[in-house]
Amino acid sequence: MTLTLNHYLLVSGLLFTIGFAGVMLRRNIITIFMCLELMLNAANLSLVAFSRFNVGPDGLPNFNAQVLVFFIITVAAAEVAVGLAIIVALYRARQTTHVEDINSLKF
Amino acid sequence: MEKLATQSRIRRIRRIRRIRRILTRGFCQIRNPQSAIRNFVNPLLFWFFAAMMLAFGVSVVLNRNPVASALSLVVSFLCLAALYVGLDAYFIGAIQVIVYAGAVMVLFLFIIMLLDLGAEQRRKFNKVALVGGSAVALGFAAQLVGVLGKFPMGNKPFPELKLPPGESLNDLQHVGETLFSAHTLPFQVIGVLILVATIGVIVISKRELK
Repeated sequence: MTLTLNHYLLVSGLLFTIGFAGVMLRRNIITIFMCLELMLNAANLSLVAFSRFNVGPDGLPNFNAQVLVFFIITVAAAEVAVGLAIIVALYRARQTTHVEDINSLKF
Repeated sequence: MEKLATQSRIRRIRRIRRIRRILTRGFCQIRNPQSAIRNFVNPLLFWFFAAMMLAFGVSVVLNRNPVASALSLVVSFLCLAALYVGLDAYFIGAIQVIVYAGAVMVLFLFIIMLLDLGAEQRRKFNKVALVGGSAVALGFAAQLVGVLGKFPMGNKPFPELKLPPGESLNDLQHVGETLFSAHTLPFQVIGVLILVATIGVIVISKRELK
């Protein structure tokens, strides 16, 4: 059996679904944040698979997609730093990381 | 007696060679000298790492203890790096290990231990959220399978790379050239973004704003 693009897209989509289910079902902010990272990585996997699939006339993969993955990883690292700082500030104010205890903006 | 021992030794050597052949097919830059065709990653390795990645991803969601979740996430990211290497993206695989499995996850573990979060206590489930969340996720997965089933281009195997004989893919050079020629402006914007994020983190972390 040879591997096709669909195999990679399926695995990437399943990883995204797992992350999505985690964001919907979990109630701990830090776990929700980790599931967000999982979803970002699923997008990266499909980008790299497309890059390898789209071999140009020079016989090399499409490196634009890999540069995009590089940017996504950089932005994700910055996002993690800011998000965790917000979580620490929140914990300092409320002594909880449970989303159901943080409902002052709830209508 | 002697003959038996030699036979078993020969068998053992053959078995080791077979295992080595299976394991190294595709991951190293092994070339068939006759046809000069570069092999793509072995499907066995792909399925192994994909299954590990998904299993540890599920374990991130199901674990009640945040430290266990974070450690599962590290293993999941390492398997993802192996998948990148199988797709000939060596640089991205290395970045994945260094930035995600290294820096980001250390930050996560550091915050979890700083806040001293134990295992989450069991609360009564919000039934609407549970059913709704699972339904949306399952619907998404079903939609995905449906779309991929109607995507004929995705059923083609990955094309061969054309490399000069005796050379391996120098993807770091190509990624660097693309980054600094076609995407110079986004690169500088990313630099500003990281600066803003650093300053933002310092401002947020101060006890009181002055």
